[in-house]
Amino acid sequence: MSEQGGAPPGRQGGAPPGRQGGAWVPSERAAARTAFRRAQRRRALLVAGVATVVVLAAVVYVVTTAPGWERAREAFFSPGRAVEVLPEVAQGLWLNLRVWVVASAVGLVVGLLLAVVRTSRIPALFPLRMLAVAYVDVFRGVPLLLVLLLVGFGLPALRLPWLPVSAAVLGGLAIVLTYTAFLAEIFRAGIESVHPSQVAAARSLGLSRGQAVRHVVLPQAVRHVAAPVAGMLVSLQKDSGLISILGAVDAIRAAQIATTGDYNFTPYVVAGLLFVAISVPLTRLVDAWSARQGWRGQLSGVAGAGALR
Amino acid sequence: MSAGVSAPLLSLRGVRKTFGTGAEQRAVLDGIDLDVAEHRCVVLIGASGSGKSTLLRVVDLLEDVDDGQVLLDGQDVADPWVDADAVRARLALVFQQYNLFPHLRVLDNLTLAPRVAHGRPRAEAEAEARQMLERVGLAHKARAYPDQLSGGEQQRAAIARALVGRPELLLLDEVTSALDPALVGEVLDLLLSLRSEGTTMLVATHEMGFARDVADEVVFLHDGRIHERGTPQQVLDDPQRERTREFLRRLR
Repeated sequence: MSEQGGAPPGRQGGAPPGRQGGAWVPSERAAARTAFRRAQRRRALLVAGVATVVVLAAVVYVVTTAPGWERAREAFFSPGRAVEVLPEVAQGLWLNLRVWVVASAVGLVVGLLLAVVRTSRIPALFPLRMLAVAYVDVFRGVPLLLVLLLVGFGLPALRLPWLPVSAAVLGGLAIVLTYTAFLAEIFRAGIESVHPSQVAAARSLGLSRGQAVRHVVLPQAVRHVAAPVAGMLVSLQKDSGLISILGAVDAIRAAQIATTGDYNFTPYVVAGLLFVAISVPLTRLVDAWSARQGWRGQLSGVAGAGALR
Repeated sequence: MSAGVSAPLLSLRGVRKTFGTGAEQRAVLDGIDLDVAEHRCVVLIGASGSGKSTLLRVVDLLEDVDDGQVLLDGQDVADPWVDADAVRARLALVFQQYNLFPHLRVLDNLTLAPRVAHGRPRAEAEAEARQMLERVGLAHKARAYPDQLSGGEQQRAAIARALVGRPELLLLDEVTSALDPALVGEVLDLLLSLRSEGTTMLVATHEMGFARDVADEVVFLHDGRIHERGTPQQVLDDPQRERTREFLRRLR
């Protein structure tokens, strides 16, 4: 298909690859290959650029020529309104962030514990193991929204004196309940992905079963699942917005309050942009981290791990 | 060569091990009797699937036996009430696939068991580990991760890890089978020098030259049974059984 970069060098072409005065000088053949690759890269960049412009132009055209565009722009993208509500929405976002940090910490610790309990073979832990199975089955199956409603409105109805009734705390609890179940399953997959020969090696050296789990299995298991776990945490940050249905004034709730007077929905867009502004850097950070961490001892030496023609 | 009169360090008596159930069941070890006296080296030979690896794993208590005795200094360690961790700490098994811990640096691979299982202080464990790495020619790789080493280096590190616990018996499971031919030599040289220091060994190998060099006794396993045993000269040069001859012929 492509005629870029000139013809491939002929077999008879050029001086033999070799050394002149000791230093390696690329042969004509190598130079031709380099030039061809460079031309292909230029072409790829050009195609990507053109494609992007075309798609963006099409989107802009469809949206701006829509019959309701003028009104939609006023209702959703009013710059003045956005500046006005930014402080309130940002303050609500602070609550989201606190819920995120606490829920993540609890979810990681409890999730890992559940996974260890579930994979252990200690007879005394049998009842706990059954509980862990039941817990994971239930909370992975029930929609988060339902857990929020049941915890948020059901628990206070019990009128337990020691139970905090703050919507943020109850909402956070509901999120923790659901996310811990998913995190436990991811950690369990990680534990089971560590090859049995690793345990055999550890036991052979005299480590007890518990020591082998603690020092050999878990460090590898956690590295194996670092990327999916981090993905769950990013998703948790976003779902922390669901506590607004219990009345906690987080970013979404703050935006909702701001829309009640004038039916201008710009605050929602502001809230959405703020969530994205946090989750995008978070995702990139996690990618960079797991690229550095996650592969130690796995595939780093596998041939062909790079891009292929 | 006489084995001496003292009780052997390791004795297997009628060891039987099966895998699978019902019609699938098959005896991987079918009544094995074997002795390894202190400072002696017994080499197991036989085709893949003949039971060599299983035998070593049984001795290291990584597999339970179906029947028979595994006597270590006269104590039957196959009994389930024996403290298996304490028994394993006296032995060391080196695996075909090295089984180094990929998340730990070479030095930490060596110090993990001394620190965690035997409660040795880190400084002490590291000093000994460095000495052992020196011994196997890997002192300069102490800070490297296993996947940064060549196959031969990984296996030498695994041997160092096994030796750092000062095992009374070294079990070697085809330790050169996963290596490039060019890298086999460095590992065998190391084992030969360990042998010359009097390390007690039970070795499964496909390297007949190595078997000839280190073995006091060569044992030929076939289908979970010992078909022939004797000095290397007897078994390798003048095998009496047809199966042994056939096995050796195919190796050439």
